[in-house]
Amino acid sequence: MHATLLGQATSTPAVSKPKLAIPLFTERVSAGFPSPAQDYIEQTLDLNELCVKHPAATFFVRVEGDSMQDAGIYADDVLVVDRALQAAHGDIVIASLHGELTVKQLELKPHTRLVPRNKKYAPITLQEGAELDIFGVVTSVVRTIRHKST
Amino acid sequence: MARPMSAVFALVDCNNFYASCEKLFRPDLAEQPVVVLSNNDGCVVARSPEAKALGIKMAVPVFQIQDLIKRYGVHTFSSNYALYGDISSRVMRILEQLSPRVEVYSIDEAFLDLTGMNELEAFGMQVKQTILQWVGIHVCVGMAPTKTLAKLANHAAKAYPATGGVVDLTARTRQQKLLALLPVGEVWGVGRRLSKRLAALNIHTALDLAQSDPSRIRRQFSVVLERTVRELNGESCIALEEAPASKKQLVSSRSFGTPVTEFAKMHEALAHYTARAAEKLRHEGLEAKVLSVFLCTNRFQSEQPQYSNSATVELTQPTADTRDLTQQAVALLKRIWRNGYPYKKAGVMLADFYTPGSYTPSLFADTELAETNTPYFGSQPGSRRLMQVMDSINQSGKGRVFLTGEHLKHSWNMKREYLSPAYTTQWRQLPRVK
Repeated sequence: MHATLLGQATSTPAVSKPKLAIPLFTERVSAGFPSPAQDYIEQTLDLNELCVKHPAATFFVRVEGDSMQDAGIYADDVLVVDRALQAAHGDIVIASLHGELTVKQLELKPHTRLVPRNKKYAPITLQEGAELDIFGVVTSVVRTIRHKST
Repeated sequence: MARPMSAVFALVDCNNFYASCEKLFRPDLAEQPVVVLSNNDGCVVARSPEAKALGIKMAVPVFQIQDLIKRYGVHTFSSNYALYGDISSRVMRILEQLSPRVEVYSIDEAFLDLTGMNELEAFGMQVKQTILQWVGIHVCVGMAPTKTLAKLANHAAKAYPATGGVVDLTARTRQQKLLALLPVGEVWGVGRRLSKRLAALNIHTALDLAQSDPSRIRRQFSVVLERTVRELNGESCIALEEAPASKKQLVSSRSFGTPVTEFAKMHEALAHYTARAAEKLRHEGLEAKVLSVFLCTNRFQSEQPQYSNSATVELTQPTADTRDLTQQAVALLKRIWRNGYPYKKAGVMLADFYTPGSYTPSLFADTELAETNTPYFGSQPGSRRLMQVMDSINQSGKGRVFLTGEHLKHSWNMKREYLSPAYTTQWRQLPRVK
């Protein structure tokens, strides 16, 4: 088995694959004589810029199961997880629970709970005094919607 | 005139680094004993605190602790360098964000130059907390006026939990107190052999060494140890090396999972090592003029026939072309190969590096090159372009192109029975969340 490394959250020197650079043209196209600045390229867009604010603290995880489907998170989705963020009430987080990593919505009030976003499952209320071990905060979802090989 | 600011170095060292990496995505292992094994699953190279508590020693061969592993359910892992390398680079990036000058000293250690900084202990805590939150790895931080003292401060941070993992050893009185407590063998660069020789001179603690006469140490030992004495006294002699010294040689070699006895297999293995070495060489933007090939049997199995040999060739001009290098490597292999031995290890080494164009080609080299005005790169026309294409395909992860001497099925590859997923570097091996 061999997976294709398309890039990773940290652009370490080991990642030699160049970014996909999509030029963003800021000049308006007008009829008539071309502006001398027309082909001036303002910047390039990189999806990492959009999804990864703290490269050193960002990890990707793969979703299993349907416990978060009402939050728009489905099996096989890749989640972008930022460990640099402080988890707040309402955040979708990765937590370790019973020796497993799990994705749930965090509620801090009135009680600390991990809430699945699927009516099939019950919220998990933390015991008084128990410490919740949060791995990181989910910031984006990456879903491939076209599953053909080409 | 103002006195120059006295230097402050910090050593940041990850705790039980490989074992900690193995636990990162495995909350079920949080309080469990974990050991990581060396190449070919031979010896223990890292232990979690729980494994240390069981009395498992560093570098112990794994077969010697089989019953411990069974009895206490010790979790055993093969070295997962993809994972450790990625986690390490995250730690180093954070350090670079927090401190302007960083020397990456090893995969799990870095020196920082903190000269001029106030509130060192608070900064050390910030480093520790940030790395723990962002990457999930525990580190200890030791700070002192010299690198040698910073190492000892780090040692103290690890050894004494009351320090909270951060020790500011800039105060002379604290230095003296700590040095008096530590056996001289704990000092950076003083090994077991040196400690024995020092013991004969009644130098037992780090403080004894610090109070020795530097010139006498220089006479009886070396300038290196004299420098250590000065460093222990707070005189900074070893500077921060931000840019790693350029590589002097490049080795690609492995121990075989199962001994290799056939020439064809060895040929394949060496062709593969040569290709890897050439790829690294091109990545560094260098060409090599010297190539060595070596092979050896397992000298720990003395009942088997023993043989080891190596051969070296100096090329007419430097090259980074896999084809040139492989051709030479195979020629060398033919010279040193002997039938009838179970070979344990083989490899290639490249040395004598040049940047393309910096070597003056010999009068008798291919003259076409002088006219094309491109730096010399390999002995064969179109070499540079071909190698670029090969590298881009091989680095894409979509597959490998290779010379026909290399083989697809690497049956001679190293044994890695307990390898964890490449959690952070392969899309198909991401941690799974429910």
